[in-house]
Amino acid sequence: MLTFLARRLFVMMPTLFFISVLVFVIIQLPPGDFLSTYLNELQAQGEAVDPAKIAFLKQQYGLDQPIWQQYFDWAWGLLHGDLGFSFEYNLPVTEVVGDRLWLSVVLNFSTVLFIYIVSFPIGIYSATRQYSWGDYGFTLLGFLGLAMPNFLFALILLYYANVVFGTSIGGLMDPEFINQGWSFAKVMSVAEHLWAPVLVIGTSGTASMIRRLRANLLDELSKQYVVTAHAKGLSPVRVLFKYPLRMALNPFIADIGNILPQVVSGSVLVSVVMSLPTTGPMLLAALQSQDMYLAGSFLMFLALLTVVGMFVSDLLLAWLDPRIRLQGGVSQ
Amino acid sequence: MSRSDDKRNEHFIDTAPFDPWDREELTAAQEKYYLASQWQLIWWRLKRHRLAYVSLIILAIMYASVFIVEILAPYAQETRNSEYIHHQPQAIHLFHDGKFVGPFTYGTDFSIDMETLKPIYTPSDSRIEKIRFFCSGDPYEFWGLFEADFHVMCPAEDGTLFLLGTDRLGRDMLSRMIYGARVSLTIGLVGIAVSFILGILIGGAAGYYGGWVDATAQRLIEVIRSMPEIPLWMALSAALPVTWSPVLIYFGITIILGLIDWTGLARAVRSKLLALREEDYALAARLMGAKPKRIIARHLLPNFASHLIASVTLSIPNMILGETALSFLGLGLRAPVTSWGVLLNEAQNINAVAVYPWLMLPVVPVVIVVLAFNFLGDGLRDAADPYKN
Repeated sequence: MLTFLARRLFVMMPTLFFISVLVFVIIQLPPGDFLSTYLNELQAQGEAVDPAKIAFLKQQYGLDQPIWQQYFDWAWGLLHGDLGFSFEYNLPVTEVVGDRLWLSVVLNFSTVLFIYIVSFPIGIYSATRQYSWGDYGFTLLGFLGLAMPNFLFALILLYYANVVFGTSIGGLMDPEFINQGWSFAKVMSVAEHLWAPVLVIGTSGTASMIRRLRANLLDELSKQYVVTAHAKGLSPVRVLFKYPLRMALNPFIADIGNILPQVVSGSVLVSVVMSLPTTGPMLLAALQSQDMYLAGSFLMFLALLTVVGMFVSDLLLAWLDPRIRLQGGVSQ
Repeated sequence: MSRSDDKRNEHFIDTAPFDPWDREELTAAQEKYYLASQWQLIWWRLKRHRLAYVSLIILAIMYASVFIVEILAPYAQETRNSEYIHHQPQAIHLFHDGKFVGPFTYGTDFSIDMETLKPIYTPSDSRIEKIRFFCSGDPYEFWGLFEADFHVMCPAEDGTLFLLGTDRLGRDMLSRMIYGARVSLTIGLVGIAVSFILGILIGGAAGYYGGWVDATAQRLIEVIRSMPEIPLWMALSAALPVTWSPVLIYFGITIILGLIDWTGLARAVRSKLLALREEDYALAARLMGAKPKRIIARHLLPNFASHLIASVTLSIPNMILGETALSFLGLGLRAPVTSWGVLLNEAQNINAVAVYPWLMLPVVPVVIVVLAFNFLGDGLRDAADPYKN
């Protein structure tokens, strides 16, 4: 187990290095940089731009240095926990991300919970009552959620919530709480607004979850040990929960790696449509204005979460399943 | 011990004469079944899967219509009916005053709601505009090759035929949706081709050679999978030069979608190959001097080709949804090109939902296509599984 741990940790390092290079390249890919965009804006507003000021800004943002130097400065800062400085907000990245991060975590964590709560019972039902009307009905419903573009569903929900319930469900809290400190009333307001985005984002995730749980469980249920258990007279519920369900859960544990970053950044599109103060729209804006350090550091943070998530899920799987522990890796 | 107990040990012996040369006769149907190739078996099983079969037919019709969108659409792509802006969908009638007339629409009169400034079109109850079939209407360039004006269906002379309404420039929604199908349906196919080639090449090399090739490929896959999808799309499509023509942008977007999608396929190919290369027949092929390329392509790939096709079918809808998402963000295809994503982009304001709900109709074909691909993929996966009876 220790060697497995060590090997797994060692492999993470080059991965993180390559990710950091990729992130940097991605941000540099679009032509121009933040300063040129900024200068264009100034010129469009009819302001004269002093060449000395340009040079000063360039130097201050570190944009006059060669690309590789910029990369190393950034990576060196990251290693020391310094995420850099956002050009656009004129604030350290940590402060820009701050509040948004927590709201994102709340939103996306509720979504993941919603997906699990909805899809587990349905998946188990569909597998144990295969080809029944309920199976078909739930499957169709799940697929409809999958096929409907998220952003459009959000729009429609926004409109009808307004017409039918007379409430505005855009945003994550009532307007008077924006930029206010945290209070009990604000928390309640967030809770009130949370259901709509959770519903919208959740519907697209449940279908695949139901499908996978159903398929896995069906595979397990047709195995001989289940027949044996039935033959020995175990109660049907116990037969289901004792082994097949546990085995069918393996892929979900393997999925934790993907869930972690989703919890932080998922739902960009829906957040844009419903104007939620989460990290999604911020990242979008940062990428579009080439706010290098904000976008880069945040992407890097997400990637780190993924890598850590994969590590955690590998550990859990190895702990659950000796076959993986001995082979030294998740085989899919 | 009594005699009756001994009877239990007696064996049953058939007294009928036994002919060792007698062979079981197969019926024609059985023979056909046993001699059928793997692909034929898959096809038969797929046909039994009702939902998948229906989906296949729907998709076949839709893809066939992609070739002749100009003929199917009642209007040309960019025809602006400037007097009919935001016209609501028109109903087709068959009877007028209890008399059978054939399919027609009522002409509409324009007025404006002074409060909301919403145009109102009230159908008159006398002006009958008979729909013409197999007629000449708006001129267009067929595939950009030659000029023609033949349509399956056109409005009456000086009449209107807006079955799904018009948009803010008075363009017929139905025609635009039909034209949009050409882009939206093919974008998934081209993208999947890119991802298929990459996935098989990289996954195949990783799985067959193992060692450092495998390790490198694994790291690459891990790196790409660690990045959230949307930022990758955004950054890559923002990198497409603005000066590119719409067609080039189209190919750029497909390649981006493919470049991000291949990792899942590569992992599947790799793990299958890892297992299969240990099989006896792979060893036999190697001992007989076959080159790796031949062993992979000739002996190993056919083993799970059907699974690959099923998983590819399941990832096409992701590409179609990806295109709509990108276009919605304004990072995908742009206005002169018409795709379902572009059309939905125009419907993204609350105004469209509240006042002109027909602008959201392009979502219907998106949902249908995504559902059909999912059902078809499911059916294919079941059909391709040899252990299922």
